[in-house]
Amino acid sequence: MSTPPIIEFDRVNKVYQSGGGPVTALLDVSLSIATGEFIALIGPSGCGKSTLMRLIGDLEQPSSGTVRVKGKTPAQARLDRDYGIVFQAPVLYEWRTVRRNVELPLEIMGRPPAERRERAMSLLRMVGLGDFGDAYPYQLSGGMQQRAAIARALSFEPSILLMDEPFGALDEITRERMQTELLSLWSNATPRPTVIFVTHSIPEAVFLADRVVVMSPRPGRVQRIVLIDLPRPRVFETRESPRFFTLVTEVREALRATENERVGA
Amino acid sequence: MSAPVQATTVARQAGQAAQKGFRLHDLWPPVLTFALVIGLWELAVWFFQIPLYLLPAPSQILETFLARPVFLLRIGLVTFINAVIGCAIGVSLGCLAAALCVRWRVVADGLVPLAVAASAVPIIALSPLMGIWLGSVSPLSKIAVVAVMTFFPTLVSVYRGLVSPTADALMLMRSYAAPQRAVFARLRAPAALPFLFGALRVCATLSMIGAVVAEFFGGPQNALGVYIKTQAGILRTREAWSAILVACLFGLAFYLAVVLAERAAMPWKRGR
Ligand SMILES: Nc1ncnc2c1ncn2[C@@H]1O[C@H](COP(=O)(O)OP(=O)(O)O)[C@@H](O)[C@H]1O
Ligand SMILES: [Mg+2]
Repeated sequence: MSTPPIIEFDRVNKVYQSGGGPVTALLDVSLSIATGEFIALIGPSGCGKSTLMRLIGDLEQPSSGTVRVKGKTPAQARLDRDYGIVFQAPVLYEWRTVRRNVELPLEIMGRPPAERRERAMSLLRMVGLGDFGDAYPYQLSGGMQQRAAIARALSFEPSILLMDEPFGALDEITRERMQTELLSLWSNATPRPTVIFVTHSIPEAVFLADRVVVMSPRPGRVQRIVLIDLPRPRVFETRESPRFFTLVTEVREALRATENERVGA
Repeated sequence: MSAPVQATTVARQAGQAAQKGFRLHDLWPPVLTFALVIGLWELAVWFFQIPLYLLPAPSQILETFLARPVFLLRIGLVTFINAVIGCAIGVSLGCLAAALCVRWRVVADGLVPLAVAASAVPIIALSPLMGIWLGSVSPLSKIAVVAVMTFFPTLVSVYRGLVSPTADALMLMRSYAAPQRAVFARLRAPAALPFLFGALRVCATLSMIGAVVAEFFGGPQNALGVYIKTQAGILRTREAWSAILVACLFGLAFYLAVVLAERAAMPWKRGR
């Protein structure tokens, strides 16, 4: 890769102290992610995907090893507002209208009201919620709420987008539509943000990503990295191409290898 | 995406929800039950020929009230004002204490279990002591009783509300590098609003009861509790009951005011 890495993991371990003794969530993870790259993190649940994402976002601290973000500590990057975060649940604040939810980060960052409003409305139009600015979250379907959450994460133009199973709670049809929408948002943004996208859907990972990082559980490790060379823009037909099937199979086998290893161990 | 179609659907739903918010038809079951109870009471008094000094019929109580409505409402107002002032003080201090509990967990560890316990204690038993400290005739002693009564449930409830935001909701704030002030003002406080109103509903009822009962232990002649106690003492049961009716009216008015304020303050709850 020609571009310098925006995120670097150097032999990172993460051990949680829990009631039942220490839990090694990440073991010896080294990983480097290029600026503007779309990375999918995949693995069975409990293999440390969320932990890895939280280490990048300074929502957890590594037990050993270092994480660097744009050459800084994650803490500094957070203070510089380098991260937009989207969780599996939309986490909209129910007392705010959809538009004011999207404005929330801008409000905290002290941007002027007129600018906030304009930015929020333009984002809502972009995610197809232009008519819903004054609605309250409960009036929206799950997919629409998640669109609003994505708009909120993009509102302050963060250079890194952290997404933890953002479409995990959606039905398959909505999910595929949102994947296409996300890619178009991502490729139209200038500069294009770096995306870390956690999922446990293999087709989703392959459809979205430049590289799929396959993780193995207990303890969480990077098992393999699968390069996805599907052309962009990716469209409906991409999912039907032979290359897509080949890559899906490749990721699936990498995942199965982690299972076998565990059974054999 | 069929956004315009969805938009009109949501708008219509919102409209229906707003209408549904008034819920006039929801009033019927309690009103009917109330009418039934009053009717049975009336019948029972006549049928069993219950003596007037034991239990007057609703019609007799109403009659007594209508004979001197201005007088009764005026003494009711004296007590009601104590209730409102006491409630305002208790609830404000309760909110303040809850905020301090969130800011310093040590305070919470000490105060919250105490408040939970205190919520179960009949604070009204403090009335004679308040009389000693603040003067048994003075309204201050009644206000103090009500303030103490409403302080603890408010503290417990609002504290629960302030710590109700989920880990994700808090992490979001952290990712914006939001200062503590912003986390409080834009997340914790609004999240606690439904809890505050829950406490207020309880406190509205509690404070009218507290103010009346506190006056049983002494108070100015022109107060509701004193009037009820004196009239009951000389077996003028009808008069006592007409004053109880006034206490109910003020209590109900206070409660309804809270419900209306709640609806105005939380538009996002209306449609549900
Ligand atoms: N705050 C925590 N305290 C203790 N253990 C945790 C905590 N968060 C995660 N873990 C443990 O770390 C492991 C990885 O968790 P996580 O990163 O959430 O996995 P994933 O997102 O892949 O499902 C799991 O075994 C989980 O139980
Ligand atoms: Mg997870």
